[in-house]
Amino acid sequence: MTTMDAQATVGGRPVDPTAPLLAVDDLHVEFRTADGIVQAVNGVSYTLREGETLAILGESGSGKSVSAHALMGIIDSPPGFITHGTAKFRGVNLFDLPEDERRRIRGSRMAMVFQDALTALNPVFTVGWQISEMFRQHEGMSKSKARERSIGLMERVGIPSARERVDSYPHEFSGGMRQRVMIAMALALDPDILIADEPTTALDVTVQAQIMRLLADLQQETGMGMILITHDLGVIAEVADNVAVMYAGRIVESGTLRDVFTKPAHPYTLGLMHSIPRADQKGERLEPIIGSPPDLLHIPSGCSFHPRCPYARQPECSTRVPDAHVVTGGRTSACHFWQEVQNG
Amino acid sequence: MSEAELVEGAGAFPQDVAEFEAVTGPPRSLWSDAWRELRANRLFVASATFILVFFIMALFPTLFTDADPRHCLLSRSALPPDSIAWFGYDLQGCDYLARTVHGARVSILIGLSVTTFAVLIALALGSAAGFYGGLVDTLVSRATDVMFAIPTLLGGIVILSVLESRGLKEVSLVLIVVGWPTMVRLMRSSVISTREADYIDAARTLGATDWRIITRHILPNSIAPVIVYATITIGVIISAEAALSFLGIGLQRPAISWGLMINTAQTRFHTSPHLLYFPGAFLSVTVFSFILMGDALRDALDPKLK
Amino acid sequence: MGRYALRRLFHFIPVFFFATFLVYALVFAMPGDPIRALAGEKPVNAATLEAMRERFNLNDPLLIQYVKYIKGVFTGDLGTNFAQRPVWDILSQRIPTTVRLAIVAFSYEAILGVLAGVLAGLKRKGFMDMLVAVSTVSIISIPIFVLAYLAQYALGVQLGWFAVSYNANEWTSLILPALVLGSTSLAYIARLTRTSLAETLRADYVRTATAKGLSRRRVVGIHALRNSMIPVVTFLAVDIGSLMGGAIITEGVFNVPGIGREVFAAIKSQEGTVVVGIVVFLVVIFMVSNLIVDFLYAALDPRIRYE
Repeated sequence: MTTMDAQATVGGRPVDPTAPLLAVDDLHVEFRTADGIVQAVNGVSYTLREGETLAILGESGSGKSVSAHALMGIIDSPPGFITHGTAKFRGVNLFDLPEDERRRIRGSRMAMVFQDALTALNPVFTVGWQISEMFRQHEGMSKSKARERSIGLMERVGIPSARERVDSYPHEFSGGMRQRVMIAMALALDPDILIADEPTTALDVTVQAQIMRLLADLQQETGMGMILITHDLGVIAEVADNVAVMYAGRIVESGTLRDVFTKPAHPYTLGLMHSIPRADQKGERLEPIIGSPPDLLHIPSGCSFHPRCPYARQPECSTRVPDAHVVTGGRTSACHFWQEVQNG
Repeated sequence: MSEAELVEGAGAFPQDVAEFEAVTGPPRSLWSDAWRELRANRLFVASATFILVFFIMALFPTLFTDADPRHCLLSRSALPPDSIAWFGYDLQGCDYLARTVHGARVSILIGLSVTTFAVLIALALGSAAGFYGGLVDTLVSRATDVMFAIPTLLGGIVILSVLESRGLKEVSLVLIVVGWPTMVRLMRSSVISTREADYIDAARTLGATDWRIITRHILPNSIAPVIVYATITIGVIISAEAALSFLGIGLQRPAISWGLMINTAQTRFHTSPHLLYFPGAFLSVTVFSFILMGDALRDALDPKLK
Repeated sequence: MGRYALRRLFHFIPVFFFATFLVYALVFAMPGDPIRALAGEKPVNAATLEAMRERFNLNDPLLIQYVKYIKGVFTGDLGTNFAQRPVWDILSQRIPTTVRLAIVAFSYEAILGVLAGVLAGLKRKGFMDMLVAVSTVSIISIPIFVLAYLAQYALGVQLGWFAVSYNANEWTSLILPALVLGSTSLAYIARLTRTSLAETLRADYVRTATAKGLSRRRVVGIHALRNSMIPVVTFLAVDIGSLMGGAIITEGVFNVPGIGREVFAAIKSQEGTVVVGIVVFLVVIFMVSNLIVDFLYAALDPRIRYE
């Protein structure tokens, strides 16, 4: 399958040449558990264009990973269900496609890199076998040819002595090298979209920087769209074009990296910025956001952030869910009082 | 909305945790969570009920039967169940219901005492080995390795074949000897995983003594798998004693044990199946209840399944 | 892999000697006269008793006794019964029958057990899962001697499907005892497979395999199964060793002339030395098979090889 063919269809359906690479609209994902229904994703919308990096920022439980899993189609169902919304890959709604088409897209057009490579890689198969599997299964390549391609991939992602190490097992690599293997595996079939779910969280700080640099370089080379999911503000500073901040399953603020970071328009984002220790704040108290993210079985009414919010005001904040108000073109904030937040 | 109120509100994030918890509720512990889950689990309730019944049977057999298990008339040998003797009679002509009910005592006694001792040994040796590591651990681990090399039933048989008398004490002792290694190994690995936790380091830096760390922090958090296994072990021990008595190498007459009852009646099962059914059923249900309860406990106490 | 094998061997050797010494000491170092105790209530004359004491070197210090005994074991001398017949003689005739029984039981428990466990593990809380969970606990709870007699009565006498006891000329008469012998293990294997598979299916690498766009069949059949079968295969390997020893009750009930029934009979006829001799033999078999399992485990799980 050549790249030309790949660009003409998605899941056997013709693409819309005017549509963005990925357009997610009003996505809702819920988990039906014995304790009740967990609203993991509550109306998430964003757009990704070719060559762009979108960073999805949020704490654990914000729904950032679940929304990505929904796109990939790897949510266990039951208990998870996509109850509303569309995810259009070049204009083709992924959720309308039959499972075997989605499976063909998975890994080859849309790939994912996971957080902890030690547990995300199969411990009983060699690294080369796992990378080659992409070629053997999706393209029917022969074992020897696939192996050669795998070695090439390993070199491309910066693993030294690739030819010797292709038959090693995941536990024989260091954390950073393992993550590179995962990236190689994801990039094997030249996907249009790469989703990186907390790719550096399990790594040391210095290695984090290397991996982020690698991802940025690879993106430059291939022109793929990248979704970077993380809770770490520092990690996205170098790489992201756009940011979407998530809280309790909703996007509370979105916009370009610069705009959101320098002039936050939502109390949660403001709180996040204030809670990062900075070298020029030496001697001052740290300001955490008091409390913890809500139990997704019992999301607070109205704006889900209101119990922790200094700008919260009755009755609006506890009764009405804020819409994504447009701050400027392409910039949104889901806060009733976003102007006050922006102005300090 | 006045200017003053606006300015007041801005920048002052809620500082009061109590105020926050008013919305979320107080934190819950593993034990209270587990108890709530268990109460709702029908299998747990059922097995606990059965076990309770057997306990009562062991303590107060007269509640279930007025017949004397040792009052036997050969003329009634192997008679099937009727309206007076609900379980019939055994080969000696003793009331089978009475014998079966009285048999519960021996099983529960052995099951409980062997398991209790094994747990005590495990608490001492297992936590010492897991916590201190080094020489203590090597000694304990090698000892358990040696014990594991000998299959349980075979080990029990060998020891019992040299003993002169085989009463309750002897059989219990033998079962403790062959039973402690598994418990110790389980406790040790549980302690090792608990020991690595950050809160242990925290306690240590706050100056807690080893004794305090072990008793207040490590034991409560590592004891869950031991509790689960101990419950199942009671059932396993009851089964083991029955097997040994059945083989003729465990309890001897005039002791009343379900295994022994089945042994004595071996040759007559084809003609008088009731001789097999009743003690067999009681044995099976008792062991079944303990295993089921252990399973329910495991599901309730395993934080990973939450 | 070589270093691992060496280390297991270094570990095995002292355990082997300590364990056999323990068995020996438990029998021959107890207070009182071990020969008298082993004879039980059997009427044996004093001369025979003295000859036995000589035979077992009981006049030597304990350690020397043990050394001589273990040397004997290596050369096939496991002592004699009270009629001076060598235990090895008695044993060697019985081994083929027990091996045959063990093989049939093993095949049945391995195939059915793994199959049931896989079907149960694939869908947690599904019908197969519940069925396997309940039936395995039931089987494990029923003591094997009760199961044996029940099976004999129900399937042999009442329904007449199988022969009630062993007949050397009819290999089908091995089926019922093999079914009974394998039942408890089958239950354990099914439970182990079920738990192992259910746990493996929740692993991160299974999610990765799905994200790679592999078919469900491949994800479960290759990625998950390869991992979840590790504990099952090791259990199976250990079980072969214990099948030999666990056949005591089954062989007794069905009258199969194997090693187990020999122990059963020796206990009944108070031939303590035979019991001890056979048990030592079985313990050695058990330990060697455990050692083989250690090597097998390293072959299956690459993480262990390089420890």
